[in-house]
Amino acid sequence: MTDPWLPVAHRVVRRVEETADTATLRLRPVHDPLPPFRPGQFAMLYAHGVGEVPISVSAIPGSGDLVHTVRAVGAVSRALHGAEPGTVLGARGPFGTTWEPHGTEDLLVVAGGIGLAPLRPVLRHALAHRDRYRRVVLVVGARTPADLCYRDEFDRWAAELEVVTTVDHGAPGWTGRVGFVTEPLAVLPLDAPHTTALLCGPEPMMRFSARTLITRGVPPDRIQVSLERNMQCGTGRCGHCQLGPLLLCRDGPVVAYPVAEELFAVKEL
Amino acid sequence: MTTDIAHLELFRTLEPAHRELIAASAVHENHPAGTRLFDEGQTAEHSWVVLSGCVALDATVPGRGTVTIQGIGPGELLGLSWLVPPYKWHFGATVVAPAHLARLDVARLRTAAQEDPAFGYRLSLVLADALLHRLQSTRYRLLDLYRTPS
Repeated sequence: MTDPWLPVAHRVVRRVEETADTATLRLRPVHDPLPPFRPGQFAMLYAHGVGEVPISVSAIPGSGDLVHTVRAVGAVSRALHGAEPGTVLGARGPFGTTWEPHGTEDLLVVAGGIGLAPLRPVLRHALAHRDRYRRVVLVVGARTPADLCYRDEFDRWAAELEVVTTVDHGAPGWTGRVGFVTEPLAVLPLDAPHTTALLCGPEPMMRFSARTLITRGVPPDRIQVSLERNMQCGTGRCGHCQLGPLLLCRDGPVVAYPVAEELFAVKEL
Repeated sequence: MTTDIAHLELFRTLEPAHRELIAASAVHENHPAGTRLFDEGQTAEHSWVVLSGCVALDATVPGRGTVTIQGIGPGELLGLSWLVPPYKWHFGATVVAPAHLARLDVARLRTAAQEDPAFGYRLSLVLADALLHRLQSTRYRLLDLYRTPS
């Protein structure tokens, strides 16, 4: 049994620059692999001598490798983002709850910015099991076209799913939408009572999107969101990630919207 | 996306007869990418519903060229300046992805609204809803939620 407190050595075997500040790392266990991850779960990634941060899996290759997409925003994530192939990092996990897209007819995935990363395993799963869903829709928001991750996968997603991409600021040559994700969500044809919506992105984005979907008739308990706080231990012991009654490293990051809605309403929480 | 505008989410709150009235006032148009629909300052005589493709609203900014402010996609309303005087376009509009549009006969809709206040009221609510939604979404964008934290 893997000790959840002990970082396990992983070597970076591939690094893909997604955007100017975001890279996807494929990590291979130096010795034994961690237990399998499921979509929505995260690992505590450790940059030696710098620190540890929670990063969701952005793909599940099934080989024991870990795939994480890292945005460089702080000291640790900058160190991870810059890790070139050959670098050895530490990883603990899997931690947290998972997306539950199963048992639905229509699946709506709404991602903002780096929030697409934790949802990519769901999209890949939906593509691999396309017959399980009547309809799969992906709505993606980003700051600019240059900030969109996984652009090499968009063609495949667009061929097999319904994809709506919208950016806050357009750019020369951009032929997609310019606007916030709530705009397509407000008019998208939906069989709302039979739609399950998975939302990941900045907290206000999820809040605004959930409200739009509820107005459209999507049942609140069919909406799931991914919440972030200061995850540290990953095992619900240290309390750093407490959000009201939840310890998000254990009870999250994925929670049903009715649970999140009450917590969103508390400003200082 | 259905091309039957009577069944669009946009018009969901209207009675069937009112939706049919709007659908009957529409002329379907297909435009290739690059088509200029209108320019800032011109008289606003039309409104469109985008059925497929994308239309960009833009403004010319010295030193920055033509800047896209908003992309209007399937199911959304393009052109609201016909509603209130002085009936001038505030921005320009260009088709950026081949578009199927339903051009609404706004003069006919205005007349119908004046003759049937119940229709006029319902139509006003539809337009207010579209305007409010666009305002709120623009405010969300002002928050710049996807920026890199400093």
